Amino acid sequence: MRRNRYRLVVDPVACDGAGVCAELLPELISLDPWGFPIIVPGGVPPALVDMGRRAVVSCPRLALHLVRVDD
Amino acid sequence: MTAPTGPGRLLDGIRTSDVVRLDAHLARWGGLPDVPARGLLEAVDQAGLRGHGGAWFPVGAKWRSVAAGRSPIVVANGAEGEPASGKDRLLLHHAPHLVLDGAAVAAKAVGSKRVIVHVCDDSVADVSAALSERERRGVDPCSFEIVVAPDRFLSGQESAVVNTVNGRHVGIPSFVGLRPVREQGIGGRPTLVQNVESLADVALIARYGPDWFRSVGTHDSPGTALITVTGLWETSRIVEVPLGTTLGNALGITPERAAGIQAVLLGGYGGGWLPTATALALPFEEEAARASGTSIGAGVVVLLPTGVCPLVEVARVARYMEGEGAGQCGPCVNGLDVLASQLELLADRPQSLRSGLSAFPTLCGLVEGRGACHHPDGVARFVRSALGVFADHAALHLQRGPCRTTRPFLPAPATSDALR
Repeated sequence: MRRNRYRLVVDPVACDGAGVCAELLPELISLDPWGFPIIVPGGVPPALVDMGRRAVVSCPRLALHLVRVDD
Repeated sequence: MTAPTGPGRLLDGIRTSDVVRLDAHLARWGGLPDVPARGLLEAVDQAGLRGHGGAWFPVGAKWRSVAAGRSPIVVANGAEGEPASGKDRLLLHHAPHLVLDGAAVAAKAVGSKRVIVHVCDDSVADVSAALSERERRGVDPCSFEIVVAPDRFLSGQESAVVNTVNGRHVGIPSFVGLRPVREQGIGGRPTLVQNVESLADVALIARYGPDWFRSVGTHDSPGTALITVTGLWETSRIVEVPLGTTLGNALGITPERAAGIQAVLLGGYGGGWLPTATALALPFEEEAARASGTSIGAGVVVLLPTGVCPLVEVARVARYMEGEGAGQCGPCVNGLDVLASQLELLADRPQSLRSGLSAFPTLCGLVEGRGACHHPDGVARFVRSALGVFADHAALHLQRGPCRTTRPFLPAPATSDALR
């Protein structure tokens, strides 16, 4: 099995809870009672990396980041 | 110029009325030895010194990471925003030259020429007097400047310090998850933010070496800690204790005295509560504290007397911490407000808490790890531990209603509206 080489990171200062990320990537992102994203721990499975990238570029506040996990 | 042999080091031989001027400082400790940067890094590594600002991060590892960058900046951090802590101010008042020596050593070790002394208003006069003495003597190869920390809880947080010095978002933390301060801090330069007590330890390690430093304390937490104790004497007092010793022994608390203590708060408002017997028998060092669900933080110890409603105290502190938040991160802004409101209900109108205590763990979980800084994590730890230690008291509130009002015990100054 391939390891998860990326993880999603939210910049909580930039994030204003638009919720676009959770719409695009419900497998990994849910929303708290106030509309702010909660990321599933454990990194991004390889099959979801492309969707992760889409969520990153779609964030109106550029608050979502896809970060390489250090080896 | 002998090394101190007892458990008192930083405050060795200092009486409450003393301010150690440069002459007396040099007579007591001698000048700093001329050791190359690499030797200083090795000495601090081998000494196993850990940061006394609250995180207990290994100092040597932090220095190496800062030293890898270009033209780093050193901050001696004595902001001490925690209302129940006074040790940094005390140290800067009585022994400012130990701190400044340590800052000069740190600057040399990481290859910096610029030191910023970041302190609260109370300490400015002490530090500027000490800096003028040093300037007249020309003892330092680096420059020093003072930056005043705003009077708020978060002002000593690493990224908040950087913002204050940069003059933007003063006293407010930033999201540094992608680029830590040790890589990109003040003016974009690698920045070492080190607590003033850690630096005072450095001043002695540079003189007496790592083996001497390790002669007190434990393997993982060598040396001593300055702790601020509230609730044992008429006023709060600062005591230097060997790390790893039990609080009961360090403070000489008899079983009769312990009977008057309802519970103990370790690590301040981002720390946690322990039952009195557990707290007094716990080795005072960070690993043991973390294993018990708390932290020793910046060395805050509060002994809550019997006869005070703990839930009123917890609610008041939670509201204070909510007000001291930076107001930047959604989960913290929303979550701490709800948490404080629920705690106020539990304290004052428990009958209106329809779901009892069940909402608290969920609320704590909703704020943990979701801020740019660890402010919400600390509040969650404070609240979780309180509901564990004061479970019986909470059950009584739910059954019989609130306690009669008592005088506020824990210090929680009003948050200035200007900062909100």
